[in-house]
Amino acid sequence: MSNANSPATDAAPGLMAKALREGLFAGLLAFGMFLLYVGVETYQNIDNALVWRMRWGLLAVFVAIAAVGRFLVVGFIRPNIDRRKLSKAKAGLLEVSEDKGFFHRHFLKIAMIALVLYPPVIVTLYGVQGSLKFVDNFGIQILIYVMLAWGLNVVVGLAGLLDLGYVAFYAVGAYSYALLSDHFGLSFWVLLPMAGILAAFWGIILGFPVLRLRGDYLAIVTLAFGEIIRLVLMNWSEVTGGTAGISGVAKASIFGIYSFDVGASNNFAKSFGLPMSSAYYKIFLFYVILALCLITAYVTIRLRRMPIGRAWEALREDEIACRSLGIDTVKTKLTAFAIGAMFGGFAGSFFAARQGFVSPESFVFLESAVILAIVVLGGMGSLTGIAIAAVVMIGGTEALREMEFLKHIFGPDFTPELYRMLLFGLAMVVVMLFKPRGFVGSREPTAFLKERKSVSGSFTKEGHG
Amino acid sequence: MTSANETMTSDTILKVEHLSMRFGGLMAINDLSLEVKRGEITALIGPNGAGKTTVFNCITGFYKPTMGMITLRQKAGKEFLLERLTDFEITKHAKVARTFQNIRLFSGLTVLENLLVAQHNKLMKASGYTVMGLIGLGSYKREAEASIELARHWLERADLTDRADDPAGDLPYGAQRRLEIARAMCTGPELLCLDEPAAGLNPRESLALNTLLNGIRDETGTSILLIEHDMSVVMEISDHVVVLEYGQKISDGNPDHVKNDPKVIAAYLGVEDDEVEEVIAEELDGGTL
Repeated sequence: MSNANSPATDAAPGLMAKALREGLFAGLLAFGMFLLYVGVETYQNIDNALVWRMRWGLLAVFVAIAAVGRFLVVGFIRPNIDRRKLSKAKAGLLEVSEDKGFFHRHFLKIAMIALVLYPPVIVTLYGVQGSLKFVDNFGIQILIYVMLAWGLNVVVGLAGLLDLGYVAFYAVGAYSYALLSDHFGLSFWVLLPMAGILAAFWGIILGFPVLRLRGDYLAIVTLAFGEIIRLVLMNWSEVTGGTAGISGVAKASIFGIYSFDVGASNNFAKSFGLPMSSAYYKIFLFYVILALCLITAYVTIRLRRMPIGRAWEALREDEIACRSLGIDTVKTKLTAFAIGAMFGGFAGSFFAARQGFVSPESFVFLESAVILAIVVLGGMGSLTGIAIAAVVMIGGTEALREMEFLKHIFGPDFTPELYRMLLFGLAMVVVMLFKPRGFVGSREPTAFLKERKSVSGSFTKEGHG
Repeated sequence: MTSANETMTSDTILKVEHLSMRFGGLMAINDLSLEVKRGEITALIGPNGAGKTTVFNCITGFYKPTMGMITLRQKAGKEFLLERLTDFEITKHAKVARTFQNIRLFSGLTVLENLLVAQHNKLMKASGYTVMGLIGLGSYKREAEASIELARHWLERADLTDRADDPAGDLPYGAQRRLEIARAMCTGPELLCLDEPAAGLNPRESLALNTLLNGIRDETGTSILLIEHDMSVVMEISDHVVVLEYGQKISDGNPDHVKNDPKVIAAYLGVEDDEVEEVIAEELDGGTL
């Protein structure tokens, strides 16, 4: 057994024996753990009595995965990693001084070009109608979350205020657009800034009483505020339409020149003599949300280099020191809250225009949790990291819907998207284990004397509210 | 030994009158009055638990005193009643800066950024409260460059120029102490309050600290109030020493006077109770007070 295939010529002689031992042990452990959970299946027979049977095959698979996996990790993978690290250290290559590759250096430019070219490429690949799914589900959906997470990043990542009710501002933006366009017939381009301002206003109103609290207390109160907004939307039926929500929300237009309403005379597809399809609207929306994301990023980057942005980060690091330097911490926190809420409001009004329908269902606590998870996974304060996290988390859950082949493995009544929260949680645990500071844990300084060195994540603090 | 007490004094910058601070049943400060002269280094000393840090927290607004009045008089003649202001207003308007006993730096920001945060109020005004700066109007750009120059000046003074772009949390302990002082100086204070600046420093570092503090006093005219246990620092640099015990002032004067004050010696070294009374009685008879 141990001499079956031992390519590790330079491996210690006891290594294979050790790997075998640990593999066997892991197998035994897995057997003990999964014997009852997986091995025994209970079901009802025709008399409605509960009976059980053993699933030896499935149990064997679980045990085998544990045993073989452990064997491979101990016997091959771990020595291999150690060897590589050692050779790197011998060559004098420190991990920090490693020269970054072309892709790494031009990451932002490549990402930008890829995003701009995304819809045309998809249309040429899948046709106009076929592009709908990719542009909408994978493009717009992800970008909305990128924008929301970037907005929340101002509050959580920069100012260090734990906000669990961020979705409330998203809701304020969405309902502002839905209601104002419904009652006053204002266009998307007028209401977009207005929704942002209204959301910022709500952020300030919420902030006044709440920002005297710190840490856990702040988190709980913001959580409550999120729920209050949702419950008001649900129960104030005369205005908000209750649980049924508001349907038929007006679509956005290309600055009033072309409309996407089917009946309109200046319909985009008609004007260009194209076949009717909702894909054009989605492609248009893709570019709108892309532009909104870029504005968010630009403003955030600019603000970080302004005194207010530095004060936010200083607030995250040490609030008392901030006060000792003459910084009005309440005002500083309020601005962070308002700016974060404003971006949430923009995203909300966009969401309403895209969906054509708003209801309290879309603004549950889970949404706040997902946005916060994206910020934390991405690395608090890092725009690139957060964007990557949004792609992984939202793109990943959307991709689950596409995995039809899983039905062939697990049976026809298996719906992969039901497991998305399970996988979401699993992914978070794994990422936090290996990258406790998120994908990008370091922060870029906002000013420098001689050279710009990024600050390692081990020095930055998470804030105490 | 500096004894320039009489020659250097001009007027009083800080006047504490009948200050009392009560925490529940504990009287941390009891009817304390003291004065800090402009352009001098005043040291506040006393055994552990004497209430020195509490006095600091009252002056800088982190505590609201139970009783008493704290008056700050700026060079231009403007007066502030510090007990009525909140902590950040005291720094912002009355120009009092402080450091902390347990260093409070922004450890995730670089050394330079720490000094820029200290110039927040000035820069906020220059950037038109962010709005003008965001769209690139106004004097923000010029002011931002000036603020980096000021930071560079204090970095040189604190001997931290080489570490300017490193995170503050990465600095060794002594450098962190110096950075905290440099950061406080970047707020442009008239009165600088230092809470145990020499704590944990080795002899060489505390010598450098002495030079830094003397330089601050002589070149910027900033008055310094400091709490210190390290007597080599206190006796070396202070022009005036106030001794506290159990929240009350037991001695006040120049370093030489305080050093030989029997009450101070009793407070620090501890003597039999009757012996203390004896000493006090003797003093009263002699009329030295």
